[in-house]
Amino acid sequence: MLETIWFLLWGVLWAVYFVLDGYDLGIGTLVPFLGKSDTDRRVMFNAMGPFWDGNEVWLITAGGVTFAAFPKAYAVMFSGLYTPLMLLLFALIVRGVSLEFRHQVDSPAWRRVWDWGATIGSFLPALLLGVAFANIFMGLPLDENGVFQGNLLTLLNPYGLAGGVLFVLLFAMHGTLWLTFKSEGDLHQRAAGLARKLWPVLVALIGVFVVLTAIYTNLLVNYLLNPLMLVLLAIPVLALILMRQQIGKEQWLTAWGLSATLIAGLTLFGVVGLYPALLPSSISPDYSITIANAASSTLTLSIMLGVTLVFIPIVAAYQFWLYRTFSHKITEKELAQDGAY
Amino acid sequence: MDVLMLSRLQFAMATMFHFIFVPLTLGLSILVAIMETKYVRTGDETYKRMTKFWGKLFVINFVLGVVTGITLEFQFGTNWSRYSEYVGDIFGSLLAIEATTSFFLESTFLGAWIFGWNILSPKMHAACIWLVAIASNLSAAWILLANAFMQNPVGYVLRNGRAELDNFFQVLLNPFGWQQYVHTLSGAFTLAGFFLMGVSAYHLLKKQNIDFFTRSFKMGMIFALVFSALVALQGHHHAQEVGRTQPAKLAAMESLWETRESAPMYLLVVPDEKNEKNAIELFGIPGGLSFLAHGSFTTPVQGLKDWPADERPPVMLTFLSFRAMVGIGTLLPILCIWAFLRRNKLTETPRLLRAMLFAIPLPYLAIEAGWVVAEVGRQPWIVYGLMKTSDAVSPIVTSQVAFSLVALTLLYALLGAVDIYLLFKFAKKGPAEA
Repeated sequence: MLETIWFLLWGVLWAVYFVLDGYDLGIGTLVPFLGKSDTDRRVMFNAMGPFWDGNEVWLITAGGVTFAAFPKAYAVMFSGLYTPLMLLLFALIVRGVSLEFRHQVDSPAWRRVWDWGATIGSFLPALLLGVAFANIFMGLPLDENGVFQGNLLTLLNPYGLAGGVLFVLLFAMHGTLWLTFKSEGDLHQRAAGLARKLWPVLVALIGVFVVLTAIYTNLLVNYLLNPLMLVLLAIPVLALILMRQQIGKEQWLTAWGLSATLIAGLTLFGVVGLYPALLPSSISPDYSITIANAASSTLTLSIMLGVTLVFIPIVAAYQFWLYRTFSHKITEKELAQDGAY
Repeated sequence: MDVLMLSRLQFAMATMFHFIFVPLTLGLSILVAIMETKYVRTGDETYKRMTKFWGKLFVINFVLGVVTGITLEFQFGTNWSRYSEYVGDIFGSLLAIEATTSFFLESTFLGAWIFGWNILSPKMHAACIWLVAIASNLSAAWILLANAFMQNPVGYVLRNGRAELDNFFQVLLNPFGWQQYVHTLSGAFTLAGFFLMGVSAYHLLKKQNIDFFTRSFKMGMIFALVFSALVALQGHHHAQEVGRTQPAKLAAMESLWETRESAPMYLLVVPDEKNEKNAIELFGIPGGLSFLAHGSFTTPVQGLKDWPADERPPVMLTFLSFRAMVGIGTLLPILCIWAFLRRNKLTETPRLLRAMLFAIPLPYLAIEAGWVVAEVGRQPWIVYGLMKTSDAVSPIVTSQVAFSLVALTLLYALLGAVDIYLLFKFAKKGPAEA
């Protein structure tokens, strides 16, 4: 029972991470496409300025909770996916310093360097996380000792790559919508136009991904056993449709909320399909890392549950406060302020 | 080199690089919080300028601390997966609690602080930096409790082939962890104090912003005076704790080969690791080591030969790092006392100011050396007495680690250089005009 609760919490934490860091990774990726002038780019960076650091901590927490609740899954996942994880870390390091460094020196060349740092450092995590999760959905080549029998190229299979492209696009859409909400004028118009153009592409890609999922993975087995659970798929589908409607009405914050629902819904749909495995083995189901063989002791799971139930609502409360306090549009005045990027 | 050695090098490099930035974060956050509180309470604009000037240096420093910290959390999984599996029950939960209770707090409110100057009320804005400061220092407690489990494992039972949590309170109250906490924090606060004094000394030597930098210097001085004394005094107790729980580490710190009663303390020692003796031992204080280690001049102190060769830590590195730490640790309070005596004649004492400027790297060196003593001295154990480092490494391909070690080193060197360039640039530039 405790293991199942933790499995769901594990999925929820990843979903929250994708929702929150997703939009700033998306904005970072779009810098060369939407940021025509230095002012545009400054608006883009300041649209996520107060938030990105707090968003990234959800990744640390998702990682930490994997470590605490399912140590074996943490060990297998992170050592098995060694190279993509290292690349993810490099990218996140470059992203973080780029945001912090770019505004420190007033020189176009200096800023160009860190603009690219922010772009690569945002694009790569989106891609790698997509590749990693698609491969987990498909099953990793894990032997009887939980040792990964593959390499980076193993992960770059059609389904893995489709997952990578899907994440990049989901985050790009998510970032675009956040930007439409946070910006004015030309940049706002360009972002709005992009959101309209991205939508059909996203619909097509999600369609392709779901078909590929049926072909490549066993994720749908859980759903076929309990068809009622297919309701879970209705959430992202509905969110996707309503999102288009809200974009049409130029209700940008609602559209962003629906994009968040879409990302969370797709993540949870995948995660629930994995149950009871955390990391299925593609070599043999017997070698899969499951909640039963990876979980921590009951004592640790109980203590961690207590800590989580007390602190996550507190974190949610003050992060909500942060979002409310800094929800205004980025204006000239905002850019002239202390600490602005 | 094999996966083990490469992983050890990578972890050492990543930790030591991370720890260039963390101690300043721990101390400077509190100093900036004090400055802003003074501004809010008195309305004195100088304190506002101080908050902004030191706050900018704080933020530049903070970002590298954060991004390099993420690398560390994930390296347990990537490079030390067998360790992660073995102790995840306890070690993993401490890291997870750290993220949930502290890391969120500092990251969220730092964002609010950086962007909130014209949005939040002055009181709320000051509260944000206090939350950052408290959370950073709270974060250190969780990390050091996790480290203490590696140094002095408590509160566990061996079950199902791993260390499972048995008593959470024992883990939380691990005396080794709290000794390390006091030691690390006082060291970090000393470093921040010296950072303030050093940068202020530069400007005082140039006779610019005298009032601004005299106040900054004095704040740093009080901080460094108190905490450099504390770190030295408490370091002694910490060493005794090490002697009780990790006698092999203590023996390596002192390069003591034979177990002996009334063990003397030599002022000059040159270890000869190959021949299991010291090439030179000069100026012995009879019973000195026995007294330092156990509080009595006659109590025997265990020598390295009590352990089989493959259970001894590397002697030379541990020994030299310990000497470096203690040497600098002795010098710093003396410098603080000198500064204290001349506190009202700072600009008339250029020698003091120059000394303080050049002293900036010293606390950094002492702190890094201290961690070498703690971590290299713990070898060959990853969890003292429970699991060897060689059994902890991930079953991965050597080339992967070789690649990541080189790439990480290059990336860190590059970003570290840029960061230090920015710190220099803004430290030299001085505060904005009033």
